[in-house]
Amino acid sequence: MDGMTMHWTLALPEIVLALIGMAILMFGVLRKGNPTQLCAMFTLGGFLVAGVLVLMGQPGIGYGGQFVVDAFSSFAKELILAAAALALILSFDYNEHANIDRFEYPVVLLLAVTGMMVMVSAHSMMTLYLGLELQSLSLYVLAAFARDDVRSSEAGLKYFVLGALASGLLLYGISLVYGFSGSMDFAVIAAAMAHPAAVSPGLIVGVVFILSGLVFKISAVPFHMWTPDVYEGSPTPVTAFLASAPKVAAIALLLRVMAGPFGHLLAQWQSLIEIVSIASMIFGALAAIGQTNIKRLMAYSSIGHMGYALIGLAVGTPEGLRGTLVYMVVYVFMNAGAFACITAMRRNGRSVEQISDLAGLARSDATMAMALAIFMFSMAGIPPLSGFFGKLYVFLAAVQGGLWTLAVIGVLSSVLGAYYYLRVIKVMYFDAADQHFDPRPASLSFVMAAGGLFTTFFFLFPAPFVGAAQVAAKALFG
Amino acid sequence: MTQSAAALPMGLTPYLTVSAILLVLGVFGIFLNRKNIIVILMSVELILLAVNLNFVAFSAALHDLAGQVFAMFVLTVAAAEAAIGLAIVVVYFRNRGSIQVEDVNLMKG
Repeated sequence: MDGMTMHWTLALPEIVLALIGMAILMFGVLRKGNPTQLCAMFTLGGFLVAGVLVLMGQPGIGYGGQFVVDAFSSFAKELILAAAALALILSFDYNEHANIDRFEYPVVLLLAVTGMMVMVSAHSMMTLYLGLELQSLSLYVLAAFARDDVRSSEAGLKYFVLGALASGLLLYGISLVYGFSGSMDFAVIAAAMAHPAAVSPGLIVGVVFILSGLVFKISAVPFHMWTPDVYEGSPTPVTAFLASAPKVAAIALLLRVMAGPFGHLLAQWQSLIEIVSIASMIFGALAAIGQTNIKRLMAYSSIGHMGYALIGLAVGTPEGLRGTLVYMVVYVFMNAGAFACITAMRRNGRSVEQISDLAGLARSDATMAMALAIFMFSMAGIPPLSGFFGKLYVFLAAVQGGLWTLAVIGVLSSVLGAYYYLRVIKVMYFDAADQHFDPRPASLSFVMAAGGLFTTFFFLFPAPFVGAAQVAAKALFG
Repeated sequence: MTQSAAALPMGLTPYLTVSAILLVLGVFGIFLNRKNIIVILMSVELILLAVNLNFVAFSAALHDLAGQVFAMFVLTVAAAEAAIGLAIVVVYFRNRGSIQVEDVNLMKG
């Protein structure tokens, strides 16, 4: 095996991104005045450079078998970079108004993205853990970024405590898998599990621990309890970020770990993923109904969306994983657009977050009302918007894989979920008008337009995305 | 695990048992603790140390250095995690004036 060779250029995007992060940090410290805008621009530039480097990257395994670059990792990295860039654009105007426009914000966000990129390229438990922790530690800081706001610091605290617990459980699982399979390398673990006789109870316990840690990171039931509080308390652009890029990274990691080293244990983990998926879909649909705060509503909605995305993993075929990847692409764009609308909800310089604050938006700001309506219809899964196709591909895979229960429950829970999405639209279009919102800044309009155009016209050009997802899913199965 | 005799005279079981007990103590410390957030931070450290014990024991039993290397990484990450955790606790204390667990209730849930 070529385990001794380094191939250090494989990690070039991550290395360049980390160096850019350090450079921006120095720039921000040394420059006089407020360098936030410039640092944010440099960070966006860094994402662009990393995106180009990812596109040019050659597949291979390097760093002594620790790090892998394949179609799957490139796909996930591009999606993470896009999600992070959109979330960063959302923060420009908000941070200024909330008095948190410090230059550390883009730097911490960039470090989180570096961690996510390492995560999706993990080819051993060590890389997995270090990438995950770089991401998580940066996210704890981001959640508590509004340090003078008691709700933001409480969100950061809750996220930290539960996140650290989840990391601990994941790590315990890693130690058991290491001990009972004899290696950290994904390829060696997969080979060790090829014989059913080699699968000991300790190994299964380890896999379950790892699964719980990763399920926590994507906030699926039963490890979802932190989500509503953290989403509500964090500054809105941070919530937008938390709901998109880390989910993509964690889902990608989950796919890689379950299909790669634990691929031979499909019979053991399939039913677990099915239960998690069903519980997330139903819980996301039911718990969101009584919510009055739109960020809390989005939290429950994201729990539901993770349930749908997991259907593809539960099927365990390349078609299923393709469905999950397409779902994540669709989810990232409609999520960014919806959060652009939520960030734009501001009266007299203060953010408002109640669904009732949207009353009569159709008459005061018809464009934003239409954009939010598009995102809500798309999340509910109404054709021809992109959300419908996301669901279509996972349900299709479930039916082809013979998992009828999952598909039927998925359809039923999206009908249930449609109730609360439609309620938002009803408030905007049919309730008596409230005060106007403040004028919308160009950065938010840009994200709204990007998300809206993608969501609306996805049905015209699904082929490149579905094709790329297909290639990426195939790469996982070697 | 036959080669473990030389490296671990008592076998692997005692190490795994102690580590499992430490893990359970850590998890209970987080969930049953009703007093102070600092205790939660200590429980998190306890979990990480339980994992380290596991790694080192397995590493010795398997004659494979990777486990000990991983334990070093875990120590490093634990230090970073403690620093960030304490920073967040300080920020929280400045805003709320308390670090009692029962006061962390501004948002329902």
